[in-house]
Amino acid sequence: MPDNLIMFIAVPFGLIMAIYLSEYARPAVRETVKPALEMLEAVPTVVYGFFALLVMTPFLQNFIPGLKGINLLVPGIILGIMILPYVVSVSEDAMRAVPNSLREGGYALGMAKWQVATRIVIPGAFSGITAAFILGMSRAVGETMVLAVAAGQNPNLTWDPREGAATITAYIVQMSLGDVAYGTTAYESIFAVGLLLFVITLAFNVIGFYLRRKFREAY
Amino acid sequence: MVDDNMTLTKTNTAKVKAVEPDFDDEDTTPPIKPGKEREPLRARIEDFSFFYADGFQAIKNVDMPILDRKVTAIIGPSGCGKSTLLRSLNRMHDLYPGNRYEGRVILEPEGENLIGPESDPVIVRLRVGMVFQKPNPFPKTIYENVAAGLRVRGIKKRSMIDEAVENALRRAAIWDEVKDKLNGSAYDLSGGQQQRLCIARGLAPNPEILLLDEPTSALDPIATAKVEDLVQELSESVTIVIVTHNMQQAARVSHRTAFMYMGEMMEFGETQTIFTNPKHPRTENYITGRYG
Ligand SMILES: Nc1ncnc2c1ncn2[C@@H]1O[C@H](COP(=O)(O)OP(=O)(O)OP(=O)(O)O)[C@@H](O)[C@H]1O
Ligand SMILES: [Mg+2]
Repeated sequence: MPDNLIMFIAVPFGLIMAIYLSEYARPAVRETVKPALEMLEAVPTVVYGFFALLVMTPFLQNFIPGLKGINLLVPGIILGIMILPYVVSVSEDAMRAVPNSLREGGYALGMAKWQVATRIVIPGAFSGITAAFILGMSRAVGETMVLAVAAGQNPNLTWDPREGAATITAYIVQMSLGDVAYGTTAYESIFAVGLLLFVITLAFNVIGFYLRRKFREAY
Repeated sequence: MVDDNMTLTKTNTAKVKAVEPDFDDEDTTPPIKPGKEREPLRARIEDFSFFYADGFQAIKNVDMPILDRKVTAIIGPSGCGKSTLLRSLNRMHDLYPGNRYEGRVILEPEGENLIGPESDPVIVRLRVGMVFQKPNPFPKTIYENVAAGLRVRGIKKRSMIDEAVENALRRAAIWDEVKDKLNGSAYDLSGGQQQRLCIARGLAPNPEILLLDEPTSALDPIATAKVEDLVQELSESVTIVIVTHNMQQAARVSHRTAFMYMGEMMEFGETQTIFTNPKHPRTENYITGRYG
């Protein structure tokens, strides 16, 4: 569930910001924003976690009835925001790597600037952008701090973002460190869950690989 | 925003400038203005000058007629302003801030000034297509490459696009080679095929003028011959302006030839006359291979 939320935040905002920086921003703006983004990447994730728990959740509780103090919605949003600087910076690099000759080809057909951005630059940078999102996503999936603080440790299977739940990594650690007896269902579940994590990551990579082939950039 | 083509140009220019005084720096014969054409025109370049953002005047008071459904070739030594002039005709220079045009590029028969303040560069590019020196297919399928210009014009009907794509690929003499892999990536084609694909892409929206900037300089002799044949065939249906370094090519494919030198159009005339009986000493030097 938070995975969807993360992408829901990261994809549209990440793309818009990357396009703005690469295609529209004046060089002076880009030169200021890029280092700022890279600095944001260095903020310790526990800061995001407490920001989620202490600021974001109380704020959203005003608007969303039934939102618990420990929930999935807020960390989902926060994780989405947290990976944004990384996603934006990597996708922007990919977009800037699209050669000008392709842009000029688009303009020569009578495309307007936004058409060049959406029809030439995004497809041209597709594998880079996909890589940015997959890597950003895997950062978020592997991220325990924000969720541990703001979503709790309760291995709760829910699609209701107002409730809390644990991440896969948090669950594995919790189970293996805790007093789960060897051979019990709970113990075995660690492996099932671990396998699931493996399958999810593998699936991401296979999709990424396929897309990469399909939209091969040979320029 | 300077591509490798431009950096190349700059170094070459330096060479040309260094070598030049050895021959005929004394030659100050003024440019010979083109005579009156009897055949119908598609465009008229009048007293045209162009300034790059750094203030450098790359084109100086050029006058040149562009004949309707004929091939006009622009030749001249490296750095003389051939590409600059060509790229003015579809307002490519508007993509980079600070560039400035002066004079008129009148599109016939309407008499619209393409570089006038009231004319929109995007609309100009819808009417004047362009093919570049290096093939630059989009990272899309072959079909989508050719369809791109139609989609920009808001054409959505699948059957219409199918028809226009096939038609353009046939006109660009590449249909037989790609008809079975229209949904394959354009990057799987050879360089020569990619260039003909780019020509098809430029032709699909039916432009009034097609500009070609050294379209064969990245191709081998066989692919070059194919593109040259193609240019001649196309001139029956579309007005073509082609920049080339290769004088044999200009002689083979064009009806009119313009010789440029350091931003000026030294001489313009029937291709045969320019190559067999040039009037300007600089033209003669150039075509006899004394420089450039
Ligand atoms: N972006 C630019 N800013 C300033 N000067 C430029 C720019 N691009 C080209 N020039 C200069 O304008 C002149 C004409 O360049 P142009 O590219 O039109 O030459 P060309 O005739 O096409 O040469 P080539 O045969 O090498 O392609 C050259 O002296 C070049 O250095
Ligand atoms: Mg050139």
